[in-house]
Amino acid sequence: MAKVGYTRRSILKTGAAAAAASLAAPMVWSQESKNIVLRQFGTGVSNLNDVAQKVKEDLGFTLEMTALDSDAVTQRAATQPGSFDIADIEYWICKKVWPTGNLQAMDVSKIANYDKIVGIFKDGKLTPESTIAQGTAPHTVGFVEGQGSTTFADEQTNWMTLIPTIYNADTLGIRPDLIGRPIESWTELLNPEFKGKASILDISSIGIMDMAMVCEAMGEVQYGDKGNMTREEIDKTIAIFTEAKQNGQFRAFWKTFDESVNLMASGEVVIQSMWSPAITAVKSRGIPCVYQPLKEGYRSWGGGIGLSSSLSGMELDAAYEYINWYLSGWVGGYLMRQGYYSAVPETSKEFMTENEWGYWFEGKEATDVITSPTGDTLAQAGEVRDGGSFYERMGHVACWNSVMDENQYMVRKWNEFIAS
Amino acid sequence: MQILKNRHVTGWLQAAPLTLILLGFLVLPIITIVIVSFWRATEFSIIPAFSFENYEFLFGSAVTWKVFMATFRYAFITWVFTLSIGFTVAYYLAFHIRSQPVQIALFLLCTIPFWTSNIIRMISWIPFLGRNGIANQTLISWGVVDQPVEWLLYSDFSVILAFVHLYTLFMVVPIFNTMMRIDRSLIEAAYDNGASGWQTLVHVILPLCKPGIMIGTIFVVTLVMGDFITVRFMSGSQRANVGRLISNDISLLQYPSAAATAVVLLCTVLITIAILLRFVDIRKEL
Repeated sequence: MAKVGYTRRSILKTGAAAAAASLAAPMVWSQESKNIVLRQFGTGVSNLNDVAQKVKEDLGFTLEMTALDSDAVTQRAATQPGSFDIADIEYWICKKVWPTGNLQAMDVSKIANYDKIVGIFKDGKLTPESTIAQGTAPHTVGFVEGQGSTTFADEQTNWMTLIPTIYNADTLGIRPDLIGRPIESWTELLNPEFKGKASILDISSIGIMDMAMVCEAMGEVQYGDKGNMTREEIDKTIAIFTEAKQNGQFRAFWKTFDESVNLMASGEVVIQSMWSPAITAVKSRGIPCVYQPLKEGYRSWGGGIGLSSSLSGMELDAAYEYINWYLSGWVGGYLMRQGYYSAVPETSKEFMTENEWGYWFEGKEATDVITSPTGDTLAQAGEVRDGGSFYERMGHVACWNSVMDENQYMVRKWNEFIAS
Repeated sequence: MQILKNRHVTGWLQAAPLTLILLGFLVLPIITIVIVSFWRATEFSIIPAFSFENYEFLFGSAVTWKVFMATFRYAFITWVFTLSIGFTVAYYLAFHIRSQPVQIALFLLCTIPFWTSNIIRMISWIPFLGRNGIANQTLISWGVVDQPVEWLLYSDFSVILAFVHLYTLFMVVPIFNTMMRIDRSLIEAAYDNGASGWQTLVHVILPLCKPGIMIGTIFVVTLVMGDFITVRFMSGSQRANVGRLISNDISLLQYPSAAATAVVLLCTVLITIAILLRFVDIRKEL
């Protein structure tokens, strides 16, 4: 009997082998603890694919990143606890989200570099002499009494809500070429000279703070705490800006990063609230743009990573491993080369050149071209960072981004302002 | 098997898929929205309750009235422009172009811009209308103006311009459709009886186009009243309509308040459509 090319038996054999080949790989993989996927979401600021890649290289597990705007981040953290493992959020968002119980406190004793974290995130003081700024200062929502606690502790405990990752001091951005004179105060935002050429951001919780900086600088309103205004203070502040809006002071309001960049780069606006990387984006188009330090000080913000309460076992261990890696310097160096600050600057120093460290952290003249981690030129040799050194900038924080007790009232007033 | 032969059963079975889909994806969500609109919300949580708080605030606030008025205003002005442009375009296509292939070709030409995204079509106006945009540069180089015209962008003008640009096709299509179905002998009869071109238009064509106009109107009015993104981008967040109130609430986790506004908007739109339908019995005319 002639042999047929494919017997029933041989087909069965190859079939089984193929099935084994396709099944075996994941089975072998799952035996390692590295078959772990952590889902992280947060604002675009620190949700960088480069970080995910480096995590895969250094730690072996997969980090999935989702970037959203700060409103969407708050929404997700508060309403969809099952959709993430790690939340990369701002401290004021933490104040809103923590009471939902969707995040779990972290054991400080498992954080290797805890001692090196800057004071702002621990006792609130940058240096022992510094005073604590108004608003939701990170240390006020940084700790809880115990693991399951939903209220914040007044002092450092063994349980941290967020591990601080990055932070910065924000101020107004200006187009020096179109303004042509020095800008020194927040009051300039409402200066009639810039009628139809000013802008403010349409994210109520941050926008109200920029407004407060302006009103206080004008001497129109005295605040007890700009980060926690009374109804009367909110009314006064909004009234001043409503009047300005009706007089045509503002060209537009912006809500997203790219909107702010386009407004500034196109010359629609010459002075506006802005974020540091947006300035960089305008500059990289060859358009002069300055992150103008102002005498009343900065409005500051800080972000950190929090763990979903659903994390446990191997995933939780991996998350701690990730946090320790995060603070060990590579990410810090990466972010600092974009103009942010790392929570543990000491470790980041090792991942920066002396020139970069001098320019970004110490406020020294650049000795060589400064480039971003992605290779764009940000400054030439001889240039100095706007605002100077770390201590110069973070030491002049007037207020932290915050969420107020009267937040709902403020939001309604904000809606009125937009509609007016 | 006998039961399937019963024509009532067959009828119900045939209607069931659509009914189920509508129940699951239309009726149920609306009921949910109505229920949530009576709930209460704090910063970080939504509390099931039965309270009129959201509605009280909504009707008690001057902003609501202002914003609803603004929404109607946008809808009305957009309607006027889309109708006049849409009617003209459809009239040209239906009565001036004699050959059918050309008619179809020109009709497709109208739809080509709609192959790109809504947002892209809207945003591309921004660099065009901006202070240093093409429009202003042209005007200045022609010597029409000395200073850039500021109200071209981030104003009611730019919002309505974008609306008209985005939604005119929704007017063209149904009007063109009804025009094509007008019996040409009616128009001949009008001419034979001595009607002028204008009289034919007003007394013959326009009345026969009413269903098309009405369908187009419903499209445009509901689209404009429910929009939020066009208003946000084209006004640079400086103007508000109801959609923006809702989106602001949602972004600040105020779902119950957003739901209440949505319910009021839904009722307003339904009432508007009910009034419109009083003028034309679409089912009869189709």
